Amino acid sequence: MRVALFLTCVNDTLYPDTGRAVVKLLTRLGVEVDFPSGQTCCGQAHYNTGYRHEAEPLARHFAEVFAEYDAVVTPSGSCGAMVRELYPRMGERARAEGRGDTLTAMLAPVVPKTYELTEFLVDVLGVTDVGAYYPHTVTYHPTCHGLRSLGLGDRPRRLLEAVKGLELLELPGAEECCGFGGTFAVKNADVSAAMGADKVRNAESTGAEVLCAADNSCLMHLGGTMARLRTGMRPVHIAEILASTEEAVTV
Amino acid sequence: MSGTFVGMPAFPEAARTAVRNPTLRGNLRHATHTIRDKRARAVAELDDWAALREAGRRIKDHTLRHLDRYLVQVEEAVTAAGGTVHWAADAEEANAIVARLVKETGEREVVKVKSMATQEIGLNEALEAEGIHAYETDLAELIVQLGKDRPSHILVPAIHRNRGEIRDIFRSEMGEWGRPAPEGLTDAPAELAEAARLHLREKFLRAKVGISGANFVVAETGTLVVVESEGNGRMCLTLPETLISVVGIEKVVPRWQDLEVFLQTLPRSSTAERMNPYTSMWTGTTDEDGPGTFHLVLLDNGRTDALADEVGRQALRCIRCSACLNVCPVYERAGGHAYGSVYPGPIGAILSPQLRGTGSEIDASLPYASSLCGACYEVCPVAIDIPEVLVHLRERVVQGGPAVRRGNRVVLRPAKGHAAERAAMRAAQWAFTHPGALRAGQRLASRTRRFHPRTLPGPGRAWSGTRDLPEVPAEPFRDWWQRTRGGKDGAE
Repeated sequence: MRVALFLTCVNDTLYPDTGRAVVKLLTRLGVEVDFPSGQTCCGQAHYNTGYRHEAEPLARHFAEVFAEYDAVVTPSGSCGAMVRELYPRMGERARAEGRGDTLTAMLAPVVPKTYELTEFLVDVLGVTDVGAYYPHTVTYHPTCHGLRSLGLGDRPRRLLEAVKGLELLELPGAEECCGFGGTFAVKNADVSAAMGADKVRNAESTGAEVLCAADNSCLMHLGGTMARLRTGMRPVHIAEILASTEEAVTV
Repeated sequence: MSGTFVGMPAFPEAARTAVRNPTLRGNLRHATHTIRDKRARAVAELDDWAALREAGRRIKDHTLRHLDRYLVQVEEAVTAAGGTVHWAADAEEANAIVARLVKETGEREVVKVKSMATQEIGLNEALEAEGIHAYETDLAELIVQLGKDRPSHILVPAIHRNRGEIRDIFRSEMGEWGRPAPEGLTDAPAELAEAARLHLREKFLRAKVGISGANFVVAETGTLVVVESEGNGRMCLTLPETLISVVGIEKVVPRWQDLEVFLQTLPRSSTAERMNPYTSMWTGTTDEDGPGTFHLVLLDNGRTDALADEVGRQALRCIRCSACLNVCPVYERAGGHAYGSVYPGPIGAILSPQLRGTGSEIDASLPYASSLCGACYEVCPVAIDIPEVLVHLRERVVQGGPAVRRGNRVVLRPAKGHAAERAAMRAAQWAFTHPGALRAGQRLASRTRRFHPRTLPGPGRAWSGTRDLPEVPAEPFRDWWQRTRGGKDGAE
């Protein structure tokens, strides 16, 4: 199976540690993963802000870059949902605008073979115990698009529960949005910040050292809020926890 | 739509005030979480919830697709049962019809059943201008009316008020409108309810004209349905001599049997009850029982325009249950008034810009009043994909395009104020289709990272006013991958 990592533009630019963690984790599980260097961005920010036509070239570019792989793994529920849920919708809209099936035909092949990381681990590789070691208290925030668009369900939790040394603490109001929402974070900054502060307070109330999620964009918003509120908690992507081993513990 | 909210600022400014009001935040948080949790339990009781939701969606879609036929059927059935049907293209027409009908009775007062359609068209204000007093009889609508306030929730319009505030409103205002509040009224719920009951009883017994909306209109018999909790609706629908019902054209269902779906999904979604306490149904007039004169005003007011939009039309499936409001994290913090419409929350954010158009500042800002978290879609009993419609309306705001306004095909121009964003989106699109350019940008960011501030000036404060900026790493992932051949060279 030829497996490609779609790291996402945010992770590539700001969170390379998450990328290295995915590579380390998949390699440990016997999967050889490639990083096609032509990859850029799935187009979600464009699409969700109302620039669907500007997002189309990015979707076509994505389909070209990942055409030859059997599976595309991405450590982002949100970008995974963009490909799986919204690429087909972009095709439908193009058809409704009288542009035929060209876009649908071009995007269709990448849709079913794109997996969010925890889906790939649990559904494709069939593992929940990835042999990780992480001696910390952790609370998990299920990010919205992973939770509701992809239906990740309890996959992330099962993976975390199998990590040695990790104590998982229940996050109150876990399924409430953190308030990031892409451009929402700046277009409605006051509401976004209020949602973020409430989420951080809930996380803090667990007493956990680490707030874990499967989306670094949400963690960027929450991490920035936690730093400003001087909570002492830190945001960590789930890939970095799962990549951590007794020989090489992620901080 | 109603002039009540004319001149509202855009959503972000209105929300800013609400977010900083601790009393409002507390009231809303307590109320929405209570209803939200109760709804979840009421829905979980039904094994066939998913099937009911799908059935509701299909019934509504079918009806909307054949609305022309069903509306004529409604007119024929209501007329045959002794009622009179009026057609109103917009709020102005509907208000004029109702004012004329009330004047023809010679009365100067009307009692009202809680109704979103009459709030939408600003009927009370229009009647007042004609010298007719309209009295709201739903407890929460009464609180709003007495407090010279605006509704902030579809189901519980006074959700932004707590008990103490309600007691103060009753004490100071009830006397102006009729029977004053009892001496020594406290904020105990039973006392407040009793004060309202005594105040309203007088009005029920005196009124000769009742005005209502309807939750459903059954096309096959011309039967109107109102579901409610307090019994005030039953009073208004049965005691007066004349009944006038103002109903949006999307409220039609073809058959009685269709009610079996909605009379399960609506109460569980809205008040979290298995069945609402009062369900009133009437078909035209009945000799010596109930109002002797019945008028049905069928209201368009932008609904046909919304129906013409193949993505946006799903908003017309709404049965006004409010589940989306109660679960929405944005509504919980911004409050209902920030939406500048009698339809607040997620459904309001997709309904108002369709009914009123995206021309005003508030309407152009509503599609952005969401983090697209999808909780609204998850709880919607008629499966309105609210995030999908929000994104569709965002596109209409920034890119314009074809739409239908007042029955005419038009091509909308992009809204003002998005020029910089549009330029940025296009620049990003170029960079993202040229990986070399993206890499150059990433490297530049990495190499200059020592000079990056923790906070940003100007528009950047929208992010860094409350959140630290992320630190840019020493190299982007793609450079590490190339340098170490994907970690094979062992270099970290």
